[in-house]
Amino acid sequence: MTYITKPKLAHPGLARNELGYTRRYYEGAVSTLCAGCGHDSISAGIIQAFFELNIEPHRVAKLSGIGCSSKTPTYFLGSSHGLNSVHGRMPSVLTGANLANRDLIYIGVSGDGDSASIGLGQFAHCLRRGVNMLYVVENNGVYGLTKGQFSATADKGSKSKRGVVNRDSNIDMVGLALQLGATFVARSFSGDKAQLVPLLKAAIEHQGAAFIDVISPCVAFNNHAGSTKSYDYVREHNEALNRLDFIPRRQPITADYEAGTVEDIVQHDGSVVRLRKIAKDYDPHDRIQATNFLQARAAQGEIVTGLIYIDPDAEDLHSNLNTVDLPLNALGEDELCPGSSVLEKINADLR
Amino acid sequence: MKNIQAINDFVVKFANVNGSGSASANALFARAILRMGVAVSPRNIFPSNIQGLPTWYEVRVCDRGWQGRRGGVDLMVAMNPQTWDEDVAEIDPGGYLFYDSSRDLLPSKFRDDVRAIGVPLTKICNEAYTDARQRQLFKNIIYVGALGALLDIDPQVITSLIGEQFQGKEALMQSNVKALAMGRDYALSHFDCPIGLQIQKSDSVGDKVFLEGNSAAALGAVYGGATVAAWYPITPSSSLAEAFEVHCKKYRHETTSGKAKYAILQAEDELASIGMVIGAAWNGARAFTATSGPGISLMQEFIGFAYFAEIPAVIFDVQRGGPSTGMPTRTQQSDVTLCAYASHGDTKHVLLFPEDPREAFEMGAISFDLADRLQTPVFVMLELDIGMNERLCDPLEWDDSRRFDRGKVMTHEMLERGAEFGRYLDVDVDGIPYRTYPGTHPKRGSYFTRGTTKDRYAKYSEAGPDYVDNMQRLLRKFETAKGIVPEPILYTGTHESQIGVIYYGSTSPAMAEAIEALELRGLEVDALRIRAFPFADSVGEFIAEHDLLFVVEQNRDAQLRMLLVNECGVDPTKLMAVLHYDGTPITAKFITREISEGIAAVIEAPMRSTGTQ
Repeated sequence: MTYITKPKLAHPGLARNELGYTRRYYEGAVSTLCAGCGHDSISAGIIQAFFELNIEPHRVAKLSGIGCSSKTPTYFLGSSHGLNSVHGRMPSVLTGANLANRDLIYIGVSGDGDSASIGLGQFAHCLRRGVNMLYVVENNGVYGLTKGQFSATADKGSKSKRGVVNRDSNIDMVGLALQLGATFVARSFSGDKAQLVPLLKAAIEHQGAAFIDVISPCVAFNNHAGSTKSYDYVREHNEALNRLDFIPRRQPITADYEAGTVEDIVQHDGSVVRLRKIAKDYDPHDRIQATNFLQARAAQGEIVTGLIYIDPDAEDLHSNLNTVDLPLNALGEDELCPGSSVLEKINADLR
Repeated sequence: MKNIQAINDFVVKFANVNGSGSASANALFARAILRMGVAVSPRNIFPSNIQGLPTWYEVRVCDRGWQGRRGGVDLMVAMNPQTWDEDVAEIDPGGYLFYDSSRDLLPSKFRDDVRAIGVPLTKICNEAYTDARQRQLFKNIIYVGALGALLDIDPQVITSLIGEQFQGKEALMQSNVKALAMGRDYALSHFDCPIGLQIQKSDSVGDKVFLEGNSAAALGAVYGGATVAAWYPITPSSSLAEAFEVHCKKYRHETTSGKAKYAILQAEDELASIGMVIGAAWNGARAFTATSGPGISLMQEFIGFAYFAEIPAVIFDVQRGGPSTGMPTRTQQSDVTLCAYASHGDTKHVLLFPEDPREAFEMGAISFDLADRLQTPVFVMLELDIGMNERLCDPLEWDDSRRFDRGKVMTHEMLERGAEFGRYLDVDVDGIPYRTYPGTHPKRGSYFTRGTTKDRYAKYSEAGPDYVDNMQRLLRKFETAKGIVPEPILYTGTHESQIGVIYYGSTSPAMAEAIEALELRGLEVDALRIRAFPFADSVGEFIAEHDLLFVVEQNRDAQLRMLLVNECGVDPTKLMAVLHYDGTPITAKFITREISEGIAAVIEAPMRSTGTQ
C-alpha cells in the first residue's frame, strides 16, 4: 500500500467526461492493499468504466462482503454510498437495496472466499432472481487477509505458497452463473484492462443480473510457480473468446469491420455491445453451448475469458415482481397506508 | 350421574385427524357462537405435520369474555380413533362425549361419568355421498349441524355463515346447507335438545373483531408503510408473511397500472431474509422479516451488524417452543433474552410485546416508526398462541392524521443548505445521528456503512477513543428508546397492594382472569403489563413500590425476570418467578394457584424463596 495522499487539485487540462467530471472524481480513498494487487487494477477498471459511461457517482450504490476484494469499494467512487456487509452476505443486502430503489445502479464486489465458500448460497440465489446489478468476483484462489489458505476456486492440483497441493475440486463461478440464469456472464483478467473495461461497461448497462469473474492474482500469497492464479500462469493460459467495444445509447454506430467477424448486440437500454470474435464459432447467446465450451476448455487447462453469455433482453427482479415505476423508498403515507375507512371495512369483515 | 349444566360458559374440544378438512368446520362452529353474541376463544393444538396426525381445536365459550385458555373439557368431539382413549380421559366428570357411532364400540371405551352422544356420521355420509373426499369433508359439516342442535345454536346463524363463505358458489353452498340439515335432523330426532350445555343469545361480543395475530401484525406492516418483506418459511410465522401478501394484493396495487407498491421475497434462508431487510432499510424503504426462534438464531451476525451500523430493521418473531427445533407447533415466550441481546459483542435491542391481535396490529405499525427513529432493529415479540389463533379484540383503529416517523434523515435540501453531515455525529445529544439515503446529493452526504469500528464521520477507525465514543453514544440511544417505546400498563385494585405482578404478551387474558380470581380469594394484587424493552423508568418504580412481586412468564428460565434484574438493578429475591412452559397456553387457574401458594409461602417464611417452580 502507499501512504502518499494524492493531490486534490486537478490539472485544468485533464480530460473531463460529459458531466464535466475528471477521472479523479470517480476515485475513492487510497488503497490499503498490497502493491501490485490485481484488485487495484480492477478498481481502476471500475473507475474508468463509470467515468467513460458518464454516470453520476452518487447514483451508484456499491456493496461488498468481507475480505481483500470487499475492501475495494472504499477505493473507487468516493461520492457513492457504500456498504461493507458481513462475510458472504453482500448478495442479500444488495437484493434488498435494489428492491428499495430501482433507480440506482448497483455494483457488488466480492471475492472467491466471500462468494464461493461462505456465501455460495447467496451468490446463487441473487443470480437466479435476476437482480439488476453488476456482480464482480475478484478471484485469486486464496484467502489473503488470513494469510494464504486455499479458497474454493483454487484448482485441484495447484500449489500453495507453503507448498501444499490442493486436493479438492474447484468451484467454477462462471459455470455456476450460467447454470443459475445470470443474463450477462463474463470472465476477465485484472492484467488485461483493454478487455476488462468494456466488459464492465456493458455489464453496468445490462438490465439484469450481470456477473464478471475477474482472475486477480494475489501478489502476496498466490503468485508463485505451481499456482494457477498467478500473473504468469493466467497470461499463458488465457484464451480470449472475443474483444468487446461498448457503445452507449445515443452514440452513432459506425461499421468499420469485415462482415462475419463482428456482432453488434443491442441491449435493452439501447446500448450496443460490439463483439469482435476471436473464437469464430462461439455463440454468446447459447447458454448450453457456452457451458459445454467452458468445460471442454477447462479440461485442457485453458482459462476462457471474454463475454461468455448475454441475453440482451433480460428481465430483472422488479419486472418479475411487477413493482411500480417509482422507487419503493419514495412512496409515502398516501401511497402506502390504506387509512381508517378501509380499516372500518376490514373490522366489519372480521365480525 | 349428574351432567354438567352450563349456559354460555364451557369448553368444547374437537379431536380430529390432520388434513381431514376439519379446520374450516370447526371455525364455522366457533364463528356461529360468536354470531350469537357469545364470546369464544379458540385454540389450535396441532402437530408439525400435514396429514394423518392428531390435531385438536379447543373452543372456550365464555360470556364473561375471558380469552385465556380455561383448561378442562366439558364436551369432547372425538373424531380421531387414534387419540380416543386420551380424549375420553380428558373430559371433566359429568361432561359429554360426542362421537361417530357408525361402528359399535366396546362399553369399556366409555366412561360412566360422561354422557356419550353417538351420531352415525360415517353411515349418514356413506348413504348421502359416493365420492370419498365429499364423504370426508361433509362429515365435518354434519357434526357441526348436530352440535348446533345439541347446543341450541340458531341454525339460521350457521346457514348465513355458510352463505358468506360460499358467496357466488351456489352449488357448494347448497350441499353444505344440506349436510348441516342432515346432522341437525338426526340430533333433533334422536336426543333431547339442547343437552346440559347451551348457547343463548347474548351481547358479550359487541363490536369486537375476531382475527389472528399474524394477520393483524401483517396488516400493521401495511399500515406502517412496509414496502419490502423478505422471509423464509418457518412455523409459526409463515402465515404472517403470507397474510402480508394477501393484504398487499388488496390494498397496495396502483389502480391504473396494476403495479405493486411492495416487494415480497421468499429468501433462501433466514440469513438472506434479514440481509435483504437491512439492504432495503439502508436504502430508505421500510422493510421487515417474519420468523421464529431458530430463524433469530441464524440471523445473529446480521442483527449485530444492523445494531452497530445503525440500520433500521423490523423483525417479527412468532415465538414457539425452544430450544433447537423444540416444539415447533407449541407456544412459549422463550426468545426474550435471545432477542434482547442478540449477536456477539455488546448489543441491546428494542423489543415490543403485543398482548393480542389488536396490539399486534398497532405494534406492527409502530415498529417501523421506532426502527426508523432509532435506526436499529426492532423485534415484535409475537407468540404462537396469539399469532396462529383467532382472538376477540376491540376493533382495529387508525388515525388518518398520523404520519410515518422516518426519523433523522438528512435530505438533499438540508445538505444543499450546508448542514454538517457526520453519519455518527450526535448532534441532538440523544444518541441518534442523521443518516442519508444513497443517491441523495451529488457532492455531499455520502458515507460508507460498515460493521467495523469508525469515527463520527463514518471513517474506518480502530482507535480506542473512537470506539468508546461510539459505544457510549449507542447506550445514549438506548436510553432515548426508553422514552419512546410503548409504556407499560398498570392495573391497580381498589386498595393499594403490597403485592405486584409483572407479565407480558399472550399471558394477558389469563392474567386478567387470575386477578379477579385472586380478588375473590381476598388476595389483591397490582399488575403491570410490560409492553417493551428497554423498560421505562416506571417499571423500576413499580418494583420499588411493592414488597413482593411475581413475574409471570411462559418459559423455563424466567427470561423477563433476568432482564429486570439485569437492567433495573433490582434485588432478585423480590421477584418470584411464575413459570409455565409445557407448550400449552398459560391459564388463569395456573396463575391463581401459583400466586396464592407463593404468597402463602412468603407469609410462612418471609422472603426466603425466589421462585415457585
